[in-house]
Amino acid sequence: MTSPVTQGAAQEQPSSQPPTRNAPNARDGQPGLFRLLLKDRFASVAAFILLLVGLTALVGPALMGDLATKQNLLFANKAPFTMAHGWEYFLGSDSLGRSMLARLVVASRTTLSVALPAVAAALLIGSLWGVWAGYHRGWRENVSMRIADVIMSFPSLLLAVVVLYVFSPSAANIVLILALTRIPIYLRTARAESAELQSRTFVDAARTFGAKPNAIIGRHVIPVVLPTLLTLATLEFCYVMLAESSLSFLGIGIQPPDVSWGLMVSQGRQYLQTAWWLSIFPGVAIVITTIAANVLAAWLRIATDPAQRWRLALPRQRLIARIPVKEAQP
Amino acid sequence: MPEPLLSIEGLSKTFHVAKSASGNTRLRALDGISLTVGRGETLGLVGESGCGKSTLARTLMMLETPDEGTVSFEGTNPFGLKGKELLAWRRRVQMVFQDPFASLNARMSAGDIIAEPWATHRSLYPTAKARADRVGELLQMVGLRASDARKSPQEFSGGQRQRIGIARALALNPDVIILDEPVSALDLSVQAQVLNLLNELQKELGVSYIFISHDLTVVRHVADRVAVMYLGRIIETGETEEVFDHPRHPYTAALMSASPKLDVSGAQRERIVLKGELPSPLDPPSGCRFRTRCWKAQDICAEVAPEPQVLTAPDGRRHLAECHFPLDAAKGLTSATAAAGAL
Amino acid sequence: MNSAADQATLPRTGPAGVTASQPHDVVLQVSGLAVDIRTHRGTVRAVNGVGFEARAGETLALLGESGCGKSMTAKALAGIMDPVCDLAEGTIVLNGTDLAALTPKERLKFAGPELGIVFQDALTALNPVYTVGTQLGEAFRIHRKLNAKQAKAEAIDLMRRVGIPEPESRVNSYPHQFSGGMRQRILIAMAVALNPRLLIADEPTTALDVTVQAQIMQLLRTLREEGQMAVILITHDLAVVAEEADSVAVMYAGNVVESGPVAEVFADPRHPYTKGLLESVPVNLERGDQLRSIPGSPPELHDIPSGCVYQSRCPLVQDICRAQRPALRPAGRRRADNAAADVDQATSATNDGGTAGRPVRTAACHFSEEITNA
Repeated sequence: MTSPVTQGAAQEQPSSQPPTRNAPNARDGQPGLFRLLLKDRFASVAAFILLLVGLTALVGPALMGDLATKQNLLFANKAPFTMAHGWEYFLGSDSLGRSMLARLVVASRTTLSVALPAVAAALLIGSLWGVWAGYHRGWRENVSMRIADVIMSFPSLLLAVVVLYVFSPSAANIVLILALTRIPIYLRTARAESAELQSRTFVDAARTFGAKPNAIIGRHVIPVVLPTLLTLATLEFCYVMLAESSLSFLGIGIQPPDVSWGLMVSQGRQYLQTAWWLSIFPGVAIVITTIAANVLAAWLRIATDPAQRWRLALPRQRLIARIPVKEAQP
Repeated sequence: MPEPLLSIEGLSKTFHVAKSASGNTRLRALDGISLTVGRGETLGLVGESGCGKSTLARTLMMLETPDEGTVSFEGTNPFGLKGKELLAWRRRVQMVFQDPFASLNARMSAGDIIAEPWATHRSLYPTAKARADRVGELLQMVGLRASDARKSPQEFSGGQRQRIGIARALALNPDVIILDEPVSALDLSVQAQVLNLLNELQKELGVSYIFISHDLTVVRHVADRVAVMYLGRIIETGETEEVFDHPRHPYTAALMSASPKLDVSGAQRERIVLKGELPSPLDPPSGCRFRTRCWKAQDICAEVAPEPQVLTAPDGRRHLAECHFPLDAAKGLTSATAAAGAL
Repeated sequence: MNSAADQATLPRTGPAGVTASQPHDVVLQVSGLAVDIRTHRGTVRAVNGVGFEARAGETLALLGESGCGKSMTAKALAGIMDPVCDLAEGTIVLNGTDLAALTPKERLKFAGPELGIVFQDALTALNPVYTVGTQLGEAFRIHRKLNAKQAKAEAIDLMRRVGIPEPESRVNSYPHQFSGGMRQRILIAMAVALNPRLLIADEPTTALDVTVQAQIMQLLRTLREEGQMAVILITHDLAVVAEEADSVAVMYAGNVVESGPVAEVFADPRHPYTKGLLESVPVNLERGDQLRSIPGSPPELHDIPSGCVYQSRCPLVQDICRAQRPALRPAGRRRADNAAADVDQATSATNDGGTAGRPVRTAACHFSEEITNA
């Protein structure tokens, strides 16, 4: 069909290049996420750290053997940063003479195996529930929000204490209780975003094709809401690790001889004046992991948004302003 | 007039809203709308914001359920359909939205957006190859390139985005396309391109359009027939030239008069400037809805709502209007009470 | 009920007629105005060498599509540019004072008594937490040092002037309690509160329905006559320009490409862009006829070609258009008359007083004489 109309529009092409504000190489498909990641120094470092933590949790405990539990009273409370007592005591030792390094490595697995499932479970349930409630509005929304209010208003620590006293304080129960108390966070966010999205025109457009609600949620709502929720999840990751340590402090969390970063912080607290490294090192581990997760989540949020991605494809400069996009203000 | 493809009779829709000043919670957005659309024809729907034209479009798209009235599409009432039949009907009426930015999901590529309807209507183009080919065809049909399928909406200008929206509406090979202010968000020079495209497509595919717009100049250019809406009612309808050149309802006349004309000849123009603004649809005036702004209003207008009447001029031209005191009555108009949906 | 609508006759102040007989004072003279925006891709020029004059009691329309720089020009005149924008060059002479040379603090004195601005979106331009009376009275409290009671009295007076019914009771209402048209009236009232010499109206009716638009335009016309204000009307609507303005400056990609009295420019456009725009309006066409549209879309700000700004869409384009940017030159039927007042350097869209104050027709096109208008 070569009518004057189509010719006219074909001519429209060259004049609109480069199309609005996009990455120069956007033309041949979108630049790969990995290449974009390498361009961003902070995000690359964050990804590297997370990879390292993950690997440590995965293979570290096997490498350490029984170092983490082997007591050696001769080396009790050794200060860190010296190789005088062998590499295993490079980060010092605790009052029972156990290697801090080994304990940190072993604790990383426990910590992640509590925090990751707890965050993932809460994220999954809370988001799906929230998106569903927000999309349908009406009674589904009202009931969901009241349930969320009930969970939120009940002190989560108290709930944890009750549940963990009644049942045994196992890792699985900790995961369960932490997930349950954090569901409302995702539920509320997902509900709000989804309620706003369901009134957008492109959702209306999908309805006019006869698309089913679940298909629309999957195609139009979740991809938009997900980055926000993932950012939230990384913040929650930090919260859950700390919550786990509070439970450990109360004696209903991870039980010795198992060890987690949170437990190490709380156990080391009484030695803060004499042996600072006991709680500082696990504390630093928590902080570094959460910051890395946060940086990566912030980056991911932009990188997965086609409307924002161009920012990452630019050479790093001071961002001053965007060129006003034409027709943006009709 | 071509045989009606779509006919609407007595369509009404009431929304329940939070309390208004008068304590009324019922907003009657559509009040007994009767219309017909013939095959291959363009029906223009004009009116000011809040007159119910968008609600009418949404109802025809089954995004809203009417309280009363019937819609008949080649004899079937879509609101009675279920399951497969409903899905099959959905194919036949599609819509193009006003805002080319909000109506396309920014996270999908142009090709995915156009192919989206087929995710629901799988039987249409069952293989990935068939879908990709059809996307390419559709893109070319609306004046873009097949290779544009991979680009995301941000890479297109407003006019090009609206072309994608049109391609998406064409994806299910509909018989009727509802165009809700399709060019009002576009710049003038781009607007003309899109109007030309719509015209080409109609000639080629024989689709009917329901063209909703507040721009009378554009409606006059595209519409075969026009319906003027005011506060949820169609107050005048007929062939475009007839309605535009010989408006019978004072509101139509005022609307024509108020819209600026591109005429620099310096000729003096009699101009009707209406007092006041559209009354709140929550508390519509009694009787004739236009009476509060009408300069011809008399006591009867407050008491009795005018019925639609076929007004026939001495030269035989006629159309439908709802007014107790139609304009040009002195020129020998004859009126007859119209059966709903006549003309 | 007979008074429910008034049949007003639109006064067609034939632009040529008025200006030829009694040239009005030039209130605002802008020349060589350039605005830069700092972006992540470097600095782009959003407004480039724009010049025009606004005369008392007349309306000048700045016409152009979105992104052409017309709103940026208005903001530069009013001194309310975004922080990322710089006034790079040019003079803005308002009643003998060059606003461009003043510090932001000195300019504050001019906002209100000398210059008023009406925005497009009345709902966001009004503060929702103050009553309209407070917002209307603000100008009087700041500039005339009136107390709250006097300011309120002035506000009521002002509301009456712009045709808001029952101003005594409505002065204590909040913006959301008014309809769109009434809010726009309030904005206009704020702009004209101190009887400025110059009123800038930035798309004042775009968000309104046609019947309300007609009311607002009528109000602006009345106020202009009463106060002998110069009005700069910024719009994308050709028909509004044809009905409301005396002279017009057509902008494209940050440049004025054609200017002159509306009647002459629209009847006999001397720039292919103006001609293309006029032909894009579906009037006097059979239904189903092809509209003569302009192919393509305007260039991006960071991608404006070095030659003529319109080259990529122009049907008359030649090599010289790509090589050299045409300057604004006198054009049109009165070319011979205007030749004396040659404004070759393209900075001023109007001549500077050479021909008895008549706005001069200018166009920035190498082939402006070759455009044929049926």
